[in-house]
Amino acid sequence: MAECHPVGFQWVVEARARGATVLHVDPRFTRTSALASRHIPIRAGSDIVFLGAIIRHLLENELNFKEYVLAYTNASAILEPGFRDAEDLDGLFSGFDPQGRTYDSLSWQYEGVPVEAAAGGSQSGNGPLNTIRDGHPVEIQRDPTLQDPRCVLQVLKRHFSRYTPEVVEQACGISPDDFATVADALARNSGRERTGAIVYSVGWTQHTVGVQFVRSAAIIQLLLGNVGRPGGGIMALRGHASIQGSTDIPTLSDLLPGYIPMPHAIRDPHLAGFIEKTAAKTGFWGHMDAYMTSLLKAYYGDRATAGNDFCFGHLPRVSGDHSTYQTTVRMLDGGVQGFMLLGENPAVGSANSKLHREAMSKLEWLVVRDLVEIESAAFWHDGPEIRSGEMRTEDIGTEVFFLPAAAHTEKEGAFTNTQRMLQWHHKATEPEGDCRSELWFFHHLGRIIREKLKDSQEPRDRPIQDLEWSYPERGPLTEPSAVDVLREINGWGPDRQPLNGFTELKADGSTTCGCWIYSGCFARGVNQTARRRPGREQSWVAPEWGWAWPMNRRILYNRASADPAGRPWSERKRYVWWDEGKGEWQGHDVPDFPKTKRPDYMPETGALAEHALRGDEPFIMQADGRGWLFAPSGLADGPLPTHYEPHESPFENVLYEQQSNPVRQVFNRQGNEYNQGSRHPYVMTTYRLTEHHTAGGMSRTLPLLAELQPEMFCEVSPALARERGLTHGDYATIITARAKIEARVLVTERIPPLRVQGQVIHQVGLPYHWGSRGLSTGDSANDLFSLVLDPNVHIQETKAATCDIQPGRLRRRRR
Amino acid sequence: MATQPRMGFFTDSSICIGCKACEVACKEWNGLEADGLDFLGMSYDNTGRLGADSWRHVAFIEQRSAAGDVRWLMNSDVCKHCTEAACLDVCPTGALFRTEFGTVVVQDDVCNGCGYCVPACPFGVIERRERDGRAFKCTMCYDRQRSGLAPACSTACPTQSIQFGPLDELRVRAQGRLAEVQAEGAQGARLYLADDDNGVGGAGAFFLLLDRPETYGLPSAPRATTRDLAGMWRTAALAAGLIVAGVAAAFAGDRR
Amino acid sequence: MLKPPVWKPEIAWYFFSGGLSGASAVLALGARVAGNRALARSALAGSLLGAAVSPPLLISDLGRPARFLNMLRVAKPTSPMSVGSWVLAGFGGCAAAAAAGEFLGLLRPLGRLAEVGAAALGLPLSTYTAVLVANTAVPVWHESRHELPIVFGAGAAASAGALATLLTAAPDSGPARRLAVLAVLVEVAAVAVMEHRLGPLGEPYREGRAATHKQVGAVLLLGGAALLALGRRRRLALSLGATMVLGGALSERFAIFRAGNPG
Ligand SMILES: Nc1nc2c(c(=O)[nH]1)N[C@H]1C(S)=C(S)[C@@H](COP(=O)(O)OP(=O)(O)OC[C@H]3O[C@@H](n4cnc5c(=O)[nH]c(N)nc54)[C@H](O)[C@@H]3O)O[C@H]1N2
Ligand SMILES: Nc1nc2c(c(=O)[nH]1)N[C@H]1C(S)=C(S)[C@@H](COP(=O)(O)OP(=O)(O)OC[C@H]3O[C@@H](n4cnc5c(=O)[nH]c(N)nc54)[C@H](O)[C@@H]3O)O[C@H]1N2
Ligand code: SF4
Ligand code: SF4
Ligand code: SF4
Ligand code: SF4
Ligand code: SF4
Ligand SMILES: [Mo]
Repeated sequence: MAECHPVGFQWVVEARARGATVLHVDPRFTRTSALASRHIPIRAGSDIVFLGAIIRHLLENELNFKEYVLAYTNASAILEPGFRDAEDLDGLFSGFDPQGRTYDSLSWQYEGVPVEAAAGGSQSGNGPLNTIRDGHPVEIQRDPTLQDPRCVLQVLKRHFSRYTPEVVEQACGISPDDFATVADALARNSGRERTGAIVYSVGWTQHTVGVQFVRSAAIIQLLLGNVGRPGGGIMALRGHASIQGSTDIPTLSDLLPGYIPMPHAIRDPHLAGFIEKTAAKTGFWGHMDAYMTSLLKAYYGDRATAGNDFCFGHLPRVSGDHSTYQTTVRMLDGGVQGFMLLGENPAVGSANSKLHREAMSKLEWLVVRDLVEIESAAFWHDGPEIRSGEMRTEDIGTEVFFLPAAAHTEKEGAFTNTQRMLQWHHKATEPEGDCRSELWFFHHLGRIIREKLKDSQEPRDRPIQDLEWSYPERGPLTEPSAVDVLREINGWGPDRQPLNGFTELKADGSTTCGCWIYSGCFARGVNQTARRRPGREQSWVAPEWGWAWPMNRRILYNRASADPAGRPWSERKRYVWWDEGKGEWQGHDVPDFPKTKRPDYMPETGALAEHALRGDEPFIMQADGRGWLFAPSGLADGPLPTHYEPHESPFENVLYEQQSNPVRQVFNRQGNEYNQGSRHPYVMTTYRLTEHHTAGGMSRTLPLLAELQPEMFCEVSPALARERGLTHGDYATIITARAKIEARVLVTERIPPLRVQGQVIHQVGLPYHWGSRGLSTGDSANDLFSLVLDPNVHIQETKAATCDIQPGRLRRRRR
Repeated sequence: MATQPRMGFFTDSSICIGCKACEVACKEWNGLEADGLDFLGMSYDNTGRLGADSWRHVAFIEQRSAAGDVRWLMNSDVCKHCTEAACLDVCPTGALFRTEFGTVVVQDDVCNGCGYCVPACPFGVIERRERDGRAFKCTMCYDRQRSGLAPACSTACPTQSIQFGPLDELRVRAQGRLAEVQAEGAQGARLYLADDDNGVGGAGAFFLLLDRPETYGLPSAPRATTRDLAGMWRTAALAAGLIVAGVAAAFAGDRR
Repeated sequence: MLKPPVWKPEIAWYFFSGGLSGASAVLALGARVAGNRALARSALAGSLLGAAVSPPLLISDLGRPARFLNMLRVAKPTSPMSVGSWVLAGFGGCAAAAAAGEFLGLLRPLGRLAEVGAAALGLPLSTYTAVLVANTAVPVWHESRHELPIVFGAGAAASAGALATLLTAAPDSGPARRLAVLAVLVEVAAVAVMEHRLGPLGEPYREGRAATHKQVGAVLLLGGAALLALGRRRRLALSLGATMVLGGALSERFAIFRAGNPG
């Protein structure tokens, strides 16, 4: 966190000064470890064993927050009798299809509450949990004594029963003492009086089981009562500025704004059916019709009417997996004509970057909008393959358009940062030359295309003709106003007055809203995201700094900060509570709960949306109002986290016959060979340096940053250096089945060898910032990696793979 | 300006995260150039030292105890703005002067590049720039201070490892912080140059270190050379006397 | 981590030329008082020569003539370089006036007065450079601050004596030779004491460029002094001896310069 989120890390430093214990679990001793109370090195890719053992520790020693767990989680829910756990099937859950390498998750359900088949673009195998079937409510069976062998808590207990400290030592290389330090600290800092937070980032996600790493943390936090309470939670430290914003209003292939799935080309012809299949009817997803209609109104304006299904048919649709790596593979096979690359540098930043460079050479055209001519724009005339002669410019047919982009300093807009907070930023200076903002580019691109299609009679052009595209242009650059866009995102009512929040959205087409979760960011006609009242001038929750979705809530599910009766769990941790006198929820934050719903509220049979949830069910986005220890829907690779080895690992899975995630996405093809046998004996992992940014386009090009880390290097322990004859300061060559790269050698005690399964394992650390252009150039770590992905979100496994390392430079072929 | 207190830096290395924001902010504000894409292999330090184009320098020290515990010390070094500033004392042109904030600043339009300040500084801070032959170092952001702003480096520092303020307040604060750090068990923690009782008569920029100053490349007993200047002049007078005596003796025996 | 000095070798030459001219002025005054006009003339010439080459040496180190003028913006007693600059400026004026009086017959009375002035300023001129280097944080210089002025003063006197010997006919050069011999002995002794007292800090004098300069210097100084002492009035022996002393004094300046400024 100190490395990659140094500004946010100041609060960790402050917390430490106030007595907090900070534990850092990471293969390397980093700048974060330097300021932590304790650093615990771990073998990359083994965290589920570690986290699973914490879960076991909490359950076996009854250290969980029992009232919380019983009332607020699905611990008591009874599962289908047909459910088989990974413990029963040696690493597989019931429903596995070995041919298609997928799961049918029908057996992972609460008893008697089956879910629907997959809807929309969801690849997770099944639709949402729904406690309303054909208009009839179905009851979730519960055992409040938590003793039923089929209740979630018992299943959980059995699932993690073999995740012992001894197995942690075996798999992670963490001693029982170190394990106890972490487990005790977490347990001690949880409960009524205290809370603990878990912070993670891509050290947990870039694995073929990445999503399940995070699920493990969620289970721990639910067991400890650390969700919805101040000082608790799971903090995903996100990446680029506004990368949170670009999932909320997504640049993802399978989502519409506000986490509404993309409709499917064949399965979703009509709005009503789409909503029926994709949204739970209980909880706040019960209003998806209102969110969706308002979104369509934002897209198509007056053309969207109840009569034409609000132009639902105009929406683009998915027909399969269109995620980035899948697209690259199609590109390699000649299946993609054109590619627009905006603010991304896959020739350096994507796993198996060499393959990306090759893929782009198969395109007909490529548009790159970036601040500088990055590697992805220059691969055809100045890439490693051109230099080595593997590719010749003459042979590349791709027509490349490079369009200079305006940087964030040259445009206004809102960043949505890691804690869901939107913060407005102003333009500091006009863009130079031809540099233009994304907003300008897309506005004018749309305008010109619409101009061209104005008179078309083709039905296929209707979606574009019907678009609402009336953004006023301003200034000599004819720039649309980002404020206007924010207003559209916030939404308005029939009087075109800004809405004050998503609860005002209607399904009848009378409201417009570009992203339902952002509704309220322009409440009362004020750009709420531009608020900058200093923290010292307001309450400690600081609600008047920026604006957080939804409804400016700073902590999600904060109803859970009070007990079932609505009283704070403790005075120390008082946050949101029921005020019987006023008949309202009160709090330091905006209560994440219907304001006047009493703690003892019981829904009537057949109630819908939020009305179907009880007054003591805080998880209002879930169909059952509970935090999910066990996930009956939404995951492609199992309802409970299970330890699998990384796709490339020098070790066998100590826990199961099943070695790696059975449903991970593999790509057996030329150029993507996987390491096999014992030729790659070391674990390698990649990471960032404070001094550089991601693929380097914004840091290796700047003299003052480039000089701070001027060369690609690898980090190895003194023991590995001895074993392989590597010399500090010299060069080494790192080798995988995909590629060889060279790097300077930094011998350091900060990347200690670990003892795993009785043998010493060395890890090689590689920053991934380098590429062939800019002031500081070097080989890309990503050339070494393969395409192998998590099945839920298709993230690449760049945190754990295997490699060999040899002293000396790489002998390069030169043209 | 009689009421203007002496301003200073308290650099608390115990909360430095080595982000180098201070280095970059300083270069940005002061228009300093990058000084080389050199991989030094000194842990994460590729700046190496303070110099004419690096007025902040973050040192990284990796340590491993006998028990195997790893420690990574980081400290952002800077000009100490000494009370007895040897650089200023020896400057023949008056280019170096003491500001109303009690800091030591070079006027680059006056500096003639004589280079005397360079070996005079007991901390090896000030340096003559190759490009234009003049001497440069931290100004404690004299220009910013004059417009009521805090220095660029302390403003950029995310963890308040660099604290800027009236020196006497900082000194009090530092005592408190030292007690905290020691209570947390940091045995080697100490303040460096935090009072007037040292060879430079006190420093405008002082530090909380977790180990011996030498570990960070700082002298444990810095001394302003000019403290000994009077003695040197006396010896020079003696030497002059010897010349006179020698000449006198040479003629005394003259038997031409 | 100290920064090494950034001075160019010109500065070592200047240590030599400044000392030479300063001590020459003292010698000239001595000769004048003793009524040895021939010696006075050659010592004056020596002081003028030194005064003439010194500023260019300094300017060459600074890079631009205008930069030397900055030295005279202020007078700072805490800065030996400032003191030295004023001394050099004053000395230069006196030496020029004295030479004008003696050699061109211009304003002779004033010239005589200037000779006194040059001698008075010549004393600090031949020793301040020692203070200048000692007044740094460079340990090998700073820690020899009790010897360096003696070394520099003696070196200045030795070179002044040697140069005057070269420029004066043997019958008149006796005092110059005696001065040179005496000064060489003092210098060599002072260097030995300095090295001894420096202890481990004296490392540069035992290895590397400074050590070479020092050894060459010592050989030349002692050899030259021996020739001056024993050479009677043999022209060749005296010239050789004087040249050797000059070379030795220069070499010793380089030794000290390089000890603190390995370059
Ligand atoms: N300075 C700087 N800041 C950045 C960025 C940058 O490039 N430079 N990038 C931004 C972006 S896009 C992102 S996504 C974030 C990422 O922020 P982080 O996730 O913090 O970034 P990384 O350095 O990639 O990975 C974090 C750590 O994971 C460790 N790690 C590797 N494998 C494992 C494992 O299996 N288990 C565990 N427990 N740890 C493991 C690595 O050693 C590394 O120290 O940072 C953002 N901030
Ligand atoms: N091995 C390995 N690979 C990784 C990771 C890892 O940890 N290890 N991390 C992964 C992660 S988390 C990420 S996020 C990716 C990042 O990888 P990429 O997104 O491919 O790399 P960036 O360098 O961040 O690319 C962003 C580009 O946007 C440009 N840019 C900046 N502002 C603007 C703008 O306003 N408009 C436009 N048009 N362009 C702009 C920048 O100049 C830069 O070139 O890398 C991934 N790859
Ligand atoms: S670059 Fe921006 S987001 Fe990243 S740490 Fe700095 S301020 Fe925070
Ligand atoms: S630290 Fe050095 S440069 Fe800074 S004031 Fe002191 S003597 Fe001068
Ligand atoms: S180099 Fe410049 S600042 Fe340093 S002493 Fe000489 S004139 Fe003064
Ligand atoms: S005070 Fe100003 S000049 Fe000095 S180091 Fe900080 S930013 Fe640079
Ligand atoms: S900005 Fe602060 S935390 Fe970062 S390196 Fe400098 S002193 Fe350390
Ligand atoms: Mo990221």
